Amino acid sequence: MPESEQKLIHTFSALADIGQEVAHKYNFHEMIRTSFHLLLGSLAIMRGGIARYSRFGHELNFLAVRGLGDDFPVSASIDPADEREFLTAGMSAIEASQAKMLIFFQRYQPFVEKRGIELIIPMIVHDELVGLVMLGEKASGEPFNSADRAIVQAMARHIGVGIYQRNLLAELERKAEQNRRLYEEMRLTYADTVKSFAAAIDYKDKYTEGHSVRVGKYSELIAKSLGWSDERVEGVAVAGYLHDVGKLTVEKRIINSPTRINAKESAELSKHPVVGYDILLPIHHPYTDVPLAAKYHHERLDGRGYPDGLKDDQIPYIAKIVNLADSFDAMTTNRPYKARRPAHEVIEDLQRNSGKQFAPELVTAMFEGMLDELEGGSEDKSFRRLLGREYMEAEGIIPMLRNALNGINATGPLTLVASE
Amino acid sequence: MSNSAQAEIRREGETAVVYANEYLNKITGEKIERECRDKIAQGCSRLLVSFRDTEIVNSIGISILLGVIDAASGANAEVVFTDVNPDTAHLFETLGLSRHARIVTA
Repeated sequence: MPESEQKLIHTFSALADIGQEVAHKYNFHEMIRTSFHLLLGSLAIMRGGIARYSRFGHELNFLAVRGLGDDFPVSASIDPADEREFLTAGMSAIEASQAKMLIFFQRYQPFVEKRGIELIIPMIVHDELVGLVMLGEKASGEPFNSADRAIVQAMARHIGVGIYQRNLLAELERKAEQNRRLYEEMRLTYADTVKSFAAAIDYKDKYTEGHSVRVGKYSELIAKSLGWSDERVEGVAVAGYLHDVGKLTVEKRIINSPTRINAKESAELSKHPVVGYDILLPIHHPYTDVPLAAKYHHERLDGRGYPDGLKDDQIPYIAKIVNLADSFDAMTTNRPYKARRPAHEVIEDLQRNSGKQFAPELVTAMFEGMLDELEGGSEDKSFRRLLGREYMEAEGIIPMLRNALNGINATGPLTLVASE
Repeated sequence: MSNSAQAEIRREGETAVVYANEYLNKITGEKIERECRDKIAQGCSRLLVSFRDTEIVNSIGISILLGVIDAASGANAEVVFTDVNPDTAHLFETLGLSRHARIVTA
């Protein structure tokens, strides 16, 4: 085979390989190393380097080098004036002898000359400098001719595209990370806003201070015990925090009445679920059903609740959770007209009303959560914190919870009994 | 014995013998260059690269051989390419590798 033909085939194979390499390699650094070998091997170039350019730091970082010596700088700064020169020159290979006017070259001249760099090729993609290729002498000792320059320019263009793609990907990843952080901040802001609302609601009712916050926490504990995802647990907690938002429109005198309220006042107070729904509906919540939880948290499985007297499956599930959490807190805290009930009574009440007022699987989930905490199966001490240690650890509570769980599970879906 | 998945390098006195095989033509062939540098650091003054099982050498292979030459030149070690088939020998000649390494054809 004639010499020129063999060389041509060898060089064009390298050119084809480099195109494939840039298009199909997912590992950026391996793509650069392979491309670098193909570039050097195509014309048997003894030494050189590929550097990526950072526009922000005006800095070149060498990604692959061969034969440049240990003292060659791994990164080098580029003057903005040089960047403009490179952009003006386009992707033409610059002979080292012609590059002496560049500030960059003057700064690194000793290294460049010592290592016999002959060509500098700016890699420009979409009018953006993405890096430089530096090439030393060929093994043959012959100078680079115009065909050689065309070959290395074409290969450098491919590598430049690979770097450009990588830069785009890095930018996308950076923006995605930025968005993730922004979302997290918004989520925290939303959570803080919700808690502030809950505090505002509770502030109005001096006898049930902290009620909304506790209902939020109990709702969260029930959902956790059901094994729900973190996001759904958060949604339920928010529904709990905001369930009484409608009370903001109820007269303070009615809410804070030290005695049982009359029928008219009771009718006024009973509007708070619908008012709460109307307040919450226009808000774009990151979680679904928050307004529905407010509207239906006083519904009962047996249809004797309000405002709409819904039954079992008609009641949104989130409202059933908040209903249980709300009732549990009402029973376990002191009210102006009623002292808090002892733990065993509360357990009995929940068991008795399971399937009538409360969904049995939710009562089960709550009991399991309490039992798990009492028996040390969970590191979460939320029930103790909310109810007080003495209250939670009252004598006989653990066997009572176990019996209650057996009772609920043995009778099966109590909702059916209730509906009969 | 050689195979395409692994480069074989052994030392015979001051000579390191490398069996290039097809491994040379892939990015993993960088290991050959590293091993050669190690052997030179250990005192080898002669690197003998055998192309007994190598049919063709592509651009990656040429680059890796240039790395071997670079490693040797820094330590004044000799590089010999042996068992080279005529086409590959011709390519080495054309690209100028014969200026830096002795070529012994098969």
